[in-house]
Amino acid sequence: MQNKETGSKVVKWVLIGISVLFAVLFLILPLYTVITEALKQGWETYKSAVTDEYTVSAIRLTVEATVIAVVINTIFGLFAAWAVTKFHFRGKKLLTTFIDVPVTVSPIIAGLIFVLTFGRQSILYPYLQQLDIKIVFAVPGIVLATVFVTFPFISRELIPVLEAQGTDEEEAAALMGAKGLTIFRKITFPHIKWAFLYGVVLCAARAMGEFGAVSVLSGHLRGKTNTLPLHVEILFNEFKYVPAFAVASILVIMAVIILIIRSIIEYRGKRAK
Amino acid sequence: MKKKKSKRVIPGFGLSMGVTISILSIVVLIPLASLVAYTAQMNFGQIIETITRPRVLASFEVSFLTAFIASVINAVMGVILAWVLVRYDFPMKRLLDGMIELPFALPTAVAGISLTALTADTGLIGGFFAKFGIKIAYTRVGITIALIFIGIPFVVRAVQPVLEKLDSSYEEAAGVLGASRARIFRKIILPEILPAAFTGFGLAFGRCIGEYGSVVFIAGNMPYETEITPLIIMSELQEYDYASATAIALVMLIASFALLFFVNLIQARNTKIIKGG
Repeated sequence: MQNKETGSKVVKWVLIGISVLFAVLFLILPLYTVITEALKQGWETYKSAVTDEYTVSAIRLTVEATVIAVVINTIFGLFAAWAVTKFHFRGKKLLTTFIDVPVTVSPIIAGLIFVLTFGRQSILYPYLQQLDIKIVFAVPGIVLATVFVTFPFISRELIPVLEAQGTDEEEAAALMGAKGLTIFRKITFPHIKWAFLYGVVLCAARAMGEFGAVSVLSGHLRGKTNTLPLHVEILFNEFKYVPAFAVASILVIMAVIILIIRSIIEYRGKRAK
Repeated sequence: MKKKKSKRVIPGFGLSMGVTISILSIVVLIPLASLVAYTAQMNFGQIIETITRPRVLASFEVSFLTAFIASVINAVMGVILAWVLVRYDFPMKRLLDGMIELPFALPTAVAGISLTALTADTGLIGGFFAKFGIKIAYTRVGITIALIFIGIPFVVRAVQPVLEKLDSSYEEAAGVLGASRARIFRKIILPEILPAAFTGFGLAFGRCIGEYGSVVFIAGNMPYETEITPLIIMSELQEYDYASATAIALVMLIASFALLFFVNLIQARNTKIIKGG
């Protein structure tokens, strides 16, 4: 028995060792590299790269696309979760399958389908031109692509929670004469508060970092249709490594903040249960 | 009448379905329909000709092979990480748990340039292996490493909840009856977590086949050697050859839908375990 005990301790620390080594190699070192490469030529170079005119406009576009994606997907997520979990109807399975499509396709293919929808070979193209609306290789395309790749992020967090909660409370409230919005505010929302915030955080994280789909739809015009990740690519491909990593470090900081918020939400959410 | 009433006591069905269907149509259904419409115009022979070009076939090999190897490594590492996070206590465990999600939060392009800098001959890891004549960046090994980074949270997050639900009394009973730890793991724990590990593997594999941002920097993008399929689609698009891009994209779409189908089959079994069926 004694032997077995020490044996299991050895296994325990070997497995922990493997895990920590993996985390250091694959997770910590990449972060460390971004920061050291960004500061390689000192603080001044870093500051000038981060406050560069093109970087600032890229930050602005990234924030804009992220906010729009979060707002649209919030509206969609709340209504879709309400429809799917509070009512019975035919084709529900098909509906939830379609909602999940965006996460299963490659970001490049996501970009491709928007090019096919709004690009020059599309049947919509002449009408769009008449109305002077540019979608592909312009800001609307970037926003659409961002909304697409983050599409199910909020509804997917809400649906399981609402499903587990059932419909009894809402039905009781409705029978007592409460209005839809009141039911949602007083009964439904308190249940889904943490799941909702969690979904928003995941959506924002993916939206600010989307690369492939946005890359297809962006004209790569600096100062106009360049998001932060695309700006990183351009600088890196021009062998401007220090500025590339400096811009990347902004995204690293955002990612770390998102991870911290995520942990807090998860912790509070568990405690609320 | 009675049935109808019990169905629609809660208000807002019309409104919520209306909003859901409208947004879904604009963002997902119409773009998907335009892909189908565009494909319908294409000539079948032309599609076959496009997807059997040697360079395209080579890219399928690169994409599927590297994604498969990375996902197998992730399946094993993911089970170990999930096991360590659920079963053991050690300093900074919460930090490790939080860090697993980093690949979800870190933009893929940032991961791409960072891993490239690390594994290039001048980098911290690349420099070490270069002494032995091993190149990592700009080879298939580099692509695999980027994909391991991208895929790891999928397996950990799939296996973790199953391990948490697993009742340890069976293991204790088996231990009291004299089973060795290896035997307990093989006979009791593995059958329980295998469906979850497969689900995680499938999700990671699906994501890795289509992955673009983290791979383009580290791959070197040599035709026939390290050129992934999404990159070929991208270059066809840049040359405005939408027909070729669509034909190649169709192959990838079919592959990922088939994969999703299998994952869903396994996941249905998995949910039963989590819910204690």
